[in-house]
Amino acid sequence: MKPPPFDYLRPERLGEALEALAADGAAALAGGQSLIAMLNMRLARPGLLVDIMHLSELRERGARIGAAVRQAELAGLHPLIDLALPHVGHYQTRSRGTFCGSVAHGDPAAELPLCLVALGGRVHLASARGERALNAIDFFEGPLMTAREEDELIAAVELPPPDPRAGYAFREVALRHGDFALAAFAAVADGDGVRLAVGGVADTPVVLDGLAFDADAIDARDDFHADAAYRRRLVARVGRATVEEALSCRA
Amino acid sequence: MTGGERVEDRALLGGRGRFIDDLPQPPRTLHAAILRSPHAHARLGGITAPEGVRLFTGQDIAAGLRPFIAALRTPMRHFPVATDKVRYVGEPVAVVLAEDRYRAEDALELVEVEYEPLPAVVSPLAALADGAPLLHEAAGTNLANRRRFSYGDPDGAFTAAERRISIEVRYPRSAVTPIECFGLIAVWDPDAGAFEVTAPFQGPFALHPVMAAALGVPANRLRLRTPPDSGGSFGIKQGLAPYIVLMAAVARLAGRPVKWIEDRLEHLTAAGSATNRETRLEAAVMADGRVTALRYRQLEDCGAYIKAPEPATLYRMHGAMTGAYDIANLEVENSIAVTNKTPSGLNRGFGGPQVYFALERLMHRIADRLGLDRLEVLRRNLVQRTPYRTASGALYDSGDFGAVIDLARPALKELHARRAAARAEGRLYGVGLAAAVEPTVSNMGYITTVLEHEDRLAGGLKNGAFAAATVAIDPHGGITVTADSTPQGQGHRTVLAEVAAGAFGLAPADIRVVTEFDSARDAWSIAAGNYSCRFAPAVAGTAWRAASVLRERLARLAAARLDLPLEDVRFEGGRVGAGPGRDMPFARLAGLAHWSPGTLPQGVEPALRATEFWTPPELGPPDAQDRINGSAAYGFIFDVCGVEVDADTGRVRIDRYTTAHDAGRLLHRPMADGQVRGSLSNGVGAALFEVFVYDGAGQPLAGSFADYPPPTACETPDPEILHLESPSPFTPLGAKGIGEGNTMSAPVCIANAVADALGAEDVELPLTPARVAALLP
Repeated sequence: MKPPPFDYLRPERLGEALEALAADGAAALAGGQSLIAMLNMRLARPGLLVDIMHLSELRERGARIGAAVRQAELAGLHPLIDLALPHVGHYQTRSRGTFCGSVAHGDPAAELPLCLVALGGRVHLASARGERALNAIDFFEGPLMTAREEDELIAAVELPPPDPRAGYAFREVALRHGDFALAAFAAVADGDGVRLAVGGVADTPVVLDGLAFDADAIDARDDFHADAAYRRRLVARVGRATVEEALSCRA
Repeated sequence: MTGGERVEDRALLGGRGRFIDDLPQPPRTLHAAILRSPHAHARLGGITAPEGVRLFTGQDIAAGLRPFIAALRTPMRHFPVATDKVRYVGEPVAVVLAEDRYRAEDALELVEVEYEPLPAVVSPLAALADGAPLLHEAAGTNLANRRRFSYGDPDGAFTAAERRISIEVRYPRSAVTPIECFGLIAVWDPDAGAFEVTAPFQGPFALHPVMAAALGVPANRLRLRTPPDSGGSFGIKQGLAPYIVLMAAVARLAGRPVKWIEDRLEHLTAAGSATNRETRLEAAVMADGRVTALRYRQLEDCGAYIKAPEPATLYRMHGAMTGAYDIANLEVENSIAVTNKTPSGLNRGFGGPQVYFALERLMHRIADRLGLDRLEVLRRNLVQRTPYRTASGALYDSGDFGAVIDLARPALKELHARRAAARAEGRLYGVGLAAAVEPTVSNMGYITTVLEHEDRLAGGLKNGAFAAATVAIDPHGGITVTADSTPQGQGHRTVLAEVAAGAFGLAPADIRVVTEFDSARDAWSIAAGNYSCRFAPAVAGTAWRAASVLRERLARLAAARLDLPLEDVRFEGGRVGAGPGRDMPFARLAGLAHWSPGTLPQGVEPALRATEFWTPPELGPPDAQDRINGSAAYGFIFDVCGVEVDADTGRVRIDRYTTAHDAGRLLHRPMADGQVRGSLSNGVGAALFEVFVYDGAGQPLAGSFADYPPPTACETPDPEILHLESPSPFTPLGAKGIGEGNTMSAPVCIANAVADALGAEDVELPLTPARVAALLP
C-alpha cells in the first residue's frame, strides 16, 4: 500500500494548474480522501499530482462552492447539505475532503453528489481550453465515471439558493455510521412537487418523482453487503419516509 | 491493588508509544515486500524478475527451511511461502527486498509468476464432498482429522429422552483486528549462526521451538524480542510466527537485516482469522426442560493449512462443551477440513463463540419448543455447585452461577417490560439471554486431545501452563518487575506495579515494570505470551509469588537488624519493621543486602532478585478416556440484551446490554471493565457486522475496513457491567481472566434477541440489515 512514483506540483495560480493538468497522466489533488487511497492501492497511477488546495480562485463559498473548500466548511450553506453532512464520512475525513472532490470521484453512494442532483445543481469545469458547466444530473455517467474530460478540473459546484418555503429531508442506511450508503435519500418538497434523489442503489444518483415512483423499476445494484431486492425495499420504505418528512417540513 | 491510573497511557496518548515501526533499524537494513498469490488455488510455475530486483522465490527460501511441526501430523506440509502450489489468495510466493518499502513495492510489479489455476474449494462441506479438488495431494483428502468422543452414556440418555431437539448452525469467519498490523526486523548473525528477531509476537512461545526447528537452528540461536508497545493483537499476532521464519530465512539468504511491515490489505487478506464452523447439535431433553445429553457434530474449517497451534480452536473448549450446564452425557464428533481460504489462527474468544452460538441457540430453542420460560430452562440445567467436573474433564473451580444470574434479574425484568411496551406499539423488540463459562489459562496439553491416546503416549504426555516473573530490588530499594506476558495495550505494567507495591508496602509509582520480552534474557517457558487470559490469573500471581520470596528474605533481614520476632515485621508506607522506633526505611534495608552482605545473619540469602515459575497442578494431560481439563480456571458470564429491529431497514439496534461476570478476584476493576467493553464490541462485530466473505472462486471480498466493518463507538452499546468475585482456589491471587468472555457470549445473546424479535427459527451471523430484512414480512 505504497503509491507508485509521481511528481508533485503546487501551483500559485489557477492558470498554471490548468496548464499542468493538460499534460498526460496529470491529476488534481484536493483533499485526497479518495485519490490517496487509490494511489496507495495502486489503482490510480498519475505521473503528476497538481495540488489545488492553495489556489485562492477556488475558495468561493456561496452559491458556488470552490474546489478548495473542505467539507467541514460547508455548514450553514444550504439546509439539505446540513442534513447530509453528518453522514459524509467522519469528522476527520470531512476536515480534509472537499465537495468538488467527492463529485469528481463519482461514487454512486456518496452523499454530496446526491444532494447536488436533488437540488438541481450544476458542475463548473475548467481547463486550459476554456470553461463549461453541466447540470449535475448529466454529469454522473456511471460508477466512478463522470462527464469530466481528463484535462478538466471541477472548479466549483453551484447550488440553487435555499427556498425558505421548501421542505428538505435526508436519510441514509449504512452498515455503520459514516460508511458509504447502502442507500441514501435526499428529498426536496417545493411548489413544484417532491423530488426524491436516490443514491447507492443504481450506478448513479437517480431522481424520482417523490409522489409517484415505482421502487421495483430501479436498476438496483447487488453486492455482498446488500442485494438488489434489499436496496429496492429501502427505496420503497425509506424513500417514502424521506418524502413524507420533506413534505412535513414544507411551508 | 488499587485500580489506579494506567502507567501506560501517558506515552500512548501523547504519541510516544514505541511500536515496531518506531524502533531504530540496524545498519544496512533492507525492506521487504511480499508477492502474494492472486489465485485461491493454482500450480506454481516459474518466477522471474529483471536484473537488479532482489528476488527470493518460495523455492529459494524453502530450500533452507523445514516444514512447520504441528501437533497433528499430516502429510499437509506447511512452509511460510508457497513452493509447488498456492492454496489461498494472499499466500506468499516470493519476497522482494529494496532500500525502502516504496521501491520494494515498485519492484514487486516487475516480478512475473506463472500460475496454472486449479478449481478452488471454499466451504468445508464442499471440501469433503466426493471428487472435491484436493489442496494437498499427498494427503489424498481434504479431511485433516476426524475423531469421535463419548462421555457418560449418551446413547442411553437419548433413548430415555422424552424429546430430541436439535439445531444446525454455521458460524462465520471473522477476526478481531488490531490497530497495528504485523511487523518485524530480522537479523542474521553468520558468526554466531544465530537469528535476532524483533516483533510484537504475542505467543504462545510454544511456537518458539517450532520456529527454530523450521529455520534449522537450535532454539538458543533464535533470539526473539518484542518492542515496548504492541498495538493490539487479540490473538492474531500469533500469526507472526510464519512471517518471522520467512523473513529470518530471507535475511540469512540476503546477508542483510530485513524489515517488514504488514499493511492493512495484507492483514485482512492473509493474516488469519478465527475458524468458521458448521455444527449440528442435538439434545436429549426431558419434558421439564432438563437436558440429559448433548451430541455435537462439528466441522471445522482451518483454511488452507493446519497452521500451528491449530486445530487448537476446535479443542480449546473440549472440556467445556456442556457450557454452564450440568449434563453428564456427551458425544462429540470433530472433523477438520482444509479449504482454499486463509489459514485460521488464534483470535479472541478462540473456539468459544463457535460452541456457545450452537449451545445457547439450542437452549433458546428447547425452551420455545417445550413452551417453557427461557431463563427457567437455563436455570434448571445450570451447574449447581463448584468445584464441578464436566463430562469431558474440565474442572470448574469456583463460583455460584445462579448468583451471577440473579445479579442480572432486575435488568432482565426491565427488558421484558420494554419489550411489552414496544410490541404494544407494533415495534419489533426482542430479548436475548446467554450463559457462558469462560476458560482462562490454557493447558498446553489440550491440543493433544485431537490425537489418539496411544499417539499421545508415544509423543509424551503434554500438560501444564508455566508462567514466569522476576522481581529485583536495587541498592536504593527500587523494584523492577519483568514478566512473560507480552502486553499489547492491556495495562500489564500498571497491574504488576500494583501487585509488587502491595507486597512491599510501597506505592505503585515506586515500581518499574519492564514488559519488553527477550527470549535470550528473560525467564520463560512454552506457555509464555498474551492469550487465554493468562495475565491476571497466572502472570500477575507469579509476580506476586516472586515478590513474596523477596519479601520473606527482607523480613528475615529486618527481624535480625531490628531484633524483632519475624512475625512482627510489617511492610507499610515505605518502611519495614514494627512501627515507629522499631522500623527502618525499605530503601535502607534493601541497601544492606547489596552493600553489606558480610554482615547478614546466618541463613539469609543475600540476592535481591527472584524468579518464580508457576504452573497449576490441576492441568493434567488428556487421560485415556480423552477427558481434558483445558484451562486452570473458569469464569462465568450471564448476558441479557434487548434489541429493536427496524421493520423498514432490518437494522438491529442494541437497546440495552447487561453483562454479569464472576471472574474471581478482580485485580483492577477499571481494566476488567475495559476488557468487558472491548470483548463486547468484538462480539457485537461478529453478531452484526464482520465476516470475511469469499466468492465461489475463493477470492476474498473484504480487503479494507470499508468492506470488513468492525463496529465503532457509534455501534457499540454502553453496557451495564455487574460483578461477583468468587476467588479461584487454583490461582495465586484468586483471579481468573475476563478478556474473552463477551466475545463468546455476545454473538449468541444478540442472535437470540433478534430471533425473539422476529419470531425466527434460524438466524445466521452476521445479522446485517439485508439479512435481517429477508426475515421480515
